[in-house]
This record gives sequence, C-alpha cells and structure tokens, in this order.
Amino acid sequence: MTPAANAEKMLVVSGLETRFNTSRGPVAAVRDVNIEVGRGEIVGLVGESGSGKSVTGLSLMGLIDAPGEITGGRILLNGEDLRSVGGKRLRQLRGDRIAMIFQDPMMTLNPVLRIDTQMIEAIRAHDRKISREAARQRCRDALGLVGIPSPDERLLAYPHEFSGGMRQRVAIAIAMLNNPDIIIADEPTTALDVTIQAQILAEMQKLCRQRGTALIWVTHDLTVVAGLADRVYVMYAGSVVEQGPVDALLDRPIHPYTDGLIRSIPSHNEPGRPLHQIPGMTPALDRMPQGCRFHPRCARRTEGCLSEIPLMDFGGGRRARCIHPLVEG
Amino acid sequence: MTAYLLRRLGQTVVTLFVMSLLVFIGLYMIGNPVDVLISSSATPQERQAVIAAMGLDQPLWFQYWTFLSHALTGDLGKSFVYNQPALRLILSRMPATLELAFSALVLALVFGIPLGLLAGLKPKALVSRVIMVSSILGFSLPTFWIGLMMIMLFSVKLGWLPASGRGDTVNVLGVPISILTLDGLRHIALPALNLALFKISLVIRLTRAGVIECMQMEYVRFARAKGVSEARIVTVHVLKNTLIPLITVIGLEFGSVIAFAVVTETIFAWPGMGKLIIDAISVLDRPVILAYLLMTVVLFTLINLVVDIFYSVADPRVRLGEAAE
Ligand SMILES: Nc1ncnc2c1ncn2[C@@H]1O[C@H](COP(=O)(O)OP(=O)(O)OP(=O)(O)O)[C@@H](O)[C@H]1O
Ligand code: SF4
Ligand SMILES: [Mg+2]
Repeated sequence: MTPAANAEKMLVVSGLETRFNTSRGPVAAVRDVNIEVGRGEIVGLVGESGSGKSVTGLSLMGLIDAPGEITGGRILLNGEDLRSVGGKRLRQLRGDRIAMIFQDPMMTLNPVLRIDTQMIEAIRAHDRKISREAARQRCRDALGLVGIPSPDERLLAYPHEFSGGMRQRVAIAIAMLNNPDIIIADEPTTALDVTIQAQILAEMQKLCRQRGTALIWVTHDLTVVAGLADRVYVMYAGSVVEQGPVDALLDRPIHPYTDGLIRSIPSHNEPGRPLHQIPGMTPALDRMPQGCRFHPRCARRTEGCLSEIPLMDFGGGRRARCIHPLVEG
Repeated sequence: MTAYLLRRLGQTVVTLFVMSLLVFIGLYMIGNPVDVLISSSATPQERQAVIAAMGLDQPLWFQYWTFLSHALTGDLGKSFVYNQPALRLILSRMPATLELAFSALVLALVFGIPLGLLAGLKPKALVSRVIMVSSILGFSLPTFWIGLMMIMLFSVKLGWLPASGRGDTVNVLGVPISILTLDGLRHIALPALNLALFKISLVIRLTRAGVIECMQMEYVRFARAKGVSEARIVTVHVLKNTLIPLITVIGLEFGSVIAFAVVTETIFAWPGMGKLIIDAISVLDRPVILAYLLMTVVLFTLINLVVDIFYSVADPRVRLGEAAE
C-alpha cells in the first residue's frame, strides 16, 4: 500500500478491545482488532458465529450497550477519534457519516411507526431545518434507489406490509439517506432467501461504487465476499487473524484458519467427497487458549504457538497472525 | 366489521340471559326478601298482601318469565324498597360511579406512566427502586384501610379535603358532574386517589416492563444508528410500543375499577351505584340487584368494544375482530 493510498484511509481502527461484564467477570469479545477502510472501498469481515463480527461493527458505531464496554483502542473516522468525541458528536456522526444495517429485517424497523416517519427522522436528526417536503422527496428518491416500486405509496405503509427482502431494502435506503462515508452491513442478507440475497448484494455493491460509499460487509460466508469485496478481514475468537486483498487471500491463504474456512466451502470440494471440517470448536470467551487462540484446532502448531503471536506483514497488503504460515512472505 | 359487531351483540345477549337466570335462582335460594322487608309485627294478611303485590307468590319459573317478558320492553321491575323502576334508580346513580372510575383511571395513567417510564429507563437507580417498592405497597395494602387512613390524615387531621359526598355538581346534558367545579374536585380527590392506588401500581409495573423490553429491541438500536436523539427514541419509539398494549389492558381494567368502586364509595359515602347495590343486597332487593348486574354486563361489553376499536386503530398490525380474542 503506497503512502498516498494510506492518506485516503477514511476509517482507521487500531487496537480495538471490547469487553462484556458477565457473571464470571469481564471477558473480551473483541481484542486487538485493526481495520482500515479507504474512501469508497468495500471490505469483507468474515468469521464464524461468535467470532466478534457484530461486536466489532457495533463498537465502531458506538452502540455497545451495558454490560459491554469499549476498553481500548482508537476509532478514527476522517481523523476524528470516535471514542473521545463525546456523545453529542457521536450522535451527529451516526447515520450521517457512518451508518449501519442489521441482520434481521423483521426486527430493525419499528412495527408501529410508518415508513415515512422512520425515514424522515433519520434526515431530521441531522438537518433540523429541512422542509417536510424536501425530506419526503429525499425519502422517495432513496426508496426508488433501492428498487422499491411506487415509493410514494410505500412511504405511508407500515413495516408489516413489506416482505423481508423489501424491509431490508428500506433499511438500506435509510442507511443511504444522508450519503454516509461508510456503511457497516452486519449480515443483512443472511435472513433472506438466496435469490433475494444475490440481488441485494449486487445492488448494494453497485450503489456503493456509484456513490463512493465505503462498505464493511460482515458475513460468515467467504463466497459472498469473493465477488463483492476489495479486501477481506478474517476474524477468529475476537481477533483478526488474516487480512489482505480478496483474490490473494482466497487463492493463497496464509493462516491455517483461513485455509480451513476455504476448504470447507462446498464448491471447493470434488462432488461426492465429504466436506472438510475444521476440527474442534470455537473457544468460549472466558476460556481463551493461551498464545495463538487457534492452536487447539491447528495441525501446524508447535511449542512456539503458545506465546502471543503479533499480526505480521507478508507484503502486498497482506497480514496474518501465524508463525507457521502456509505462504511465505 | 358488521359481522364482528353482530357477533359481539350476540355474545352480550347470551351473557345477559344467563346472568339474569343465575341471579334469579341464586337470590331465590338465599332467602325471601319479604322476611327482611316486612316488620315482624305485621299480620299474616298484611304479609300475604305484600307478597302478592311483589309477585313473590308465583312459582319461580313464572316469576322469571314475567321478568323476562317485561325486560324485553325495557322494564326491569320496581325496587321492592324504593318502589321506583330499578333501571331508573341505577341510571340515576351511574354517572357518579362512572365519574369516579374515570377519574381514578386518569390518575392511574397520569402517575403510573411517568413513574413506570422512569423505573424502566433507569432500573438500577435509587428512585426506580423506591418506585417499585411503593408499587408493591399499592398492590398489597387493602383499599379500604388506605381509604380510612386517607380520611384520617387529609380530612380529620389536616382538614384539607372533604371525606364524603360529591360536592357541587354541574349538569352536562342533564347529567350531574363533580369534576367541573372546584368543590366537586375537592370532593372527588380522595375517593378517586383511593380507587386509583391499585391501578397506579399496575400501570407502573406494566410500563416499566414494556419500556425495559422495548429498549432492548433491535429497532431502538437501529434508531440510534440513524442518529435519532435519545429523547425521541423514548417518547416516540419506545412509548408508542409500550402504550398500545398498556392502554388496552387499562381499558379492560375499567370494569374492575367499577367493581372496586363499591368499597371506595362505601368508605367515602360517594353516592354511586356501588352504595346502592350494597344496600340492595342487604335487603335482597332483587330488581335493583338484577338491574345493576345487567347494566354492568352492558357496560363491560361497551368498554371491550371501545378498547378493541382503539387497539385496531392504534396498532397497525391488528385488524378489528382479531384483537384481544
Ligand atoms: N451483550 C452481550 N453480553 C455478553 N456477551 C456478549 C454480548 N454480545 C456479544 N457477546 C459475546 O461476544 C462474542 C462475539 O459476539 P458477536 O455477536 O460479535 O459474534 P458474531 O461474529 O457477530 O456472530 P454471529 O455470526 O452469530 O452474528 C460472542 O461470544 C458473544 O457471546
Ligand atoms: S500460530 Fe501456530 S497454532 Fe496458530 S495458526 Fe499458526 S501454526 Fe496454528
Ligand atoms: Mg453477528
């Protein structure tokens, strides 16, 4: 990555740590996470269930509720540290410069408020002076943009009058309303069926490219990321274990965990052969293995894996946390 | 809509019929009103004359038949005691009871919602704990005891508020109303508060539970992600979702407030239906008891209807006829 490209980094997360206070004491759901996103860049955040993807996304938005708490690191959005700007500024930035879409479209819209209410409030939260009519026009345009037919009528409808796919489109439209610099999409298509998933994915990609909006696409599915993202971050047990340009990462994974993930994709196997599985299970938050957190499941582990492994540079924008990498740097 | 209303009407008619039959048989088994009404010094002839005048010498089925055929024309019989049409007696007392019950409900909402909101938004704060403990007291202390204590304190000791009667009233469409005069307000304050205490506790708990639940919903998180202010999230997103089911429950509770009013009216000498019915029961004044219970059924039906309509209007997901069934 050239220095010039670095200056373009709009979102820089470094050393992020988010903890939850549980009955068995505080546990870190996310530890030492570093993410950089350039202007208009599409980035995939991939990992198994429980790896800390949602917690990372919510931390970036400043939406971690008690008993959770961000306990370390910096989140720079256009040079502003979101952890120190204070609640008022954070509210101004949320939904305006940084937006988020959630997994379950059935739950994200308020069931008793009309769509126009829920859209207009997203505009008014950042522009008190805008006229009703101008705000309404922007909502109409946004709904049209995400492919909702007859937006004028649909603005007056309630969420239950929409299908799941349509609701997620409404949520996307809301996220795009104020033309943010970046959208964090937390598995927004996981709850939808495959054809609609593919449609929404393609539309979202097109929209972000057109408008120069950066996108962090959170998913547990590497195949989704393959056609969508420029770069990928792979999370395991609360940390990023590998990151890099999408093609290189998928073709020549460095980290044994990434390799395991790729080999368990059905299309990577010859038909009839049993699917590859990574042995063992994701560790519980309060029983994290020492050193490399993947070591209990790793075939390449040695004594050295029991000490802390830093994120190492492998060139070409690739980094990984492994002392016995599958690809030499 | 029409089918729904017809079904409701049918249910009400059946309820009215069954209710009147049960009351008839029940009162017949409890005792003979003549024993209570006529002094023991009356001669057998006098006694016989009264029994015949009331129609009590007829067999039960015939008495019921007479009642039923008259009831269909709107005549529920004459009170044994007052010798006036029972229905008119009930109706003349009803405004006082409705006014009391309505005031109590308003108090329950006015106090209960803000306190419940506070307790729900900051469940761990000291105020919230105080509110919740107080609401347990409101649930568990007997209404009549609190009523007596209120009289002792505010009327007897401090002399701030009167302890009995309705005070000055204003006629609105021929119906006397207390809450429109200052004196009337002073009179209704204690009984209404007394009647409201239990419901305040209920509203606090329902609001608190609703608020706690709503605050954890994904749509609240999404609203925050949009940059919507916390004040708007609470007053628009959370409150609306909390209040729709709450108002529905409270509407249905209106019936039980009317029932509980019997106790409060007795303590505060409030001239409503409750006091009338207590007196009527003690002398087995069958027409009045019947008229009261039948009117109560009609009232309940109307309340349920209004609540159903409200619910279907307020909650976009519900259509009339599906609600609360
Ligand atoms: N409110 C909470 N209290 C305690 N622990 C939590 C809380 N929220 C998340 N966690 C823990 O943080 C870890 C990471 O959760 P997270 O939701 O980020 O996973 P994820 O990668 O998004 O998984 P999924 O694919 O299932 O959405 C999990 O182990 C989870 O148990
Ligand atoms: S550091 Fe060691 S245990 Fe961890 S992934 Fe690499 S080889 Fe496996
Ligand atoms: Mg998640």
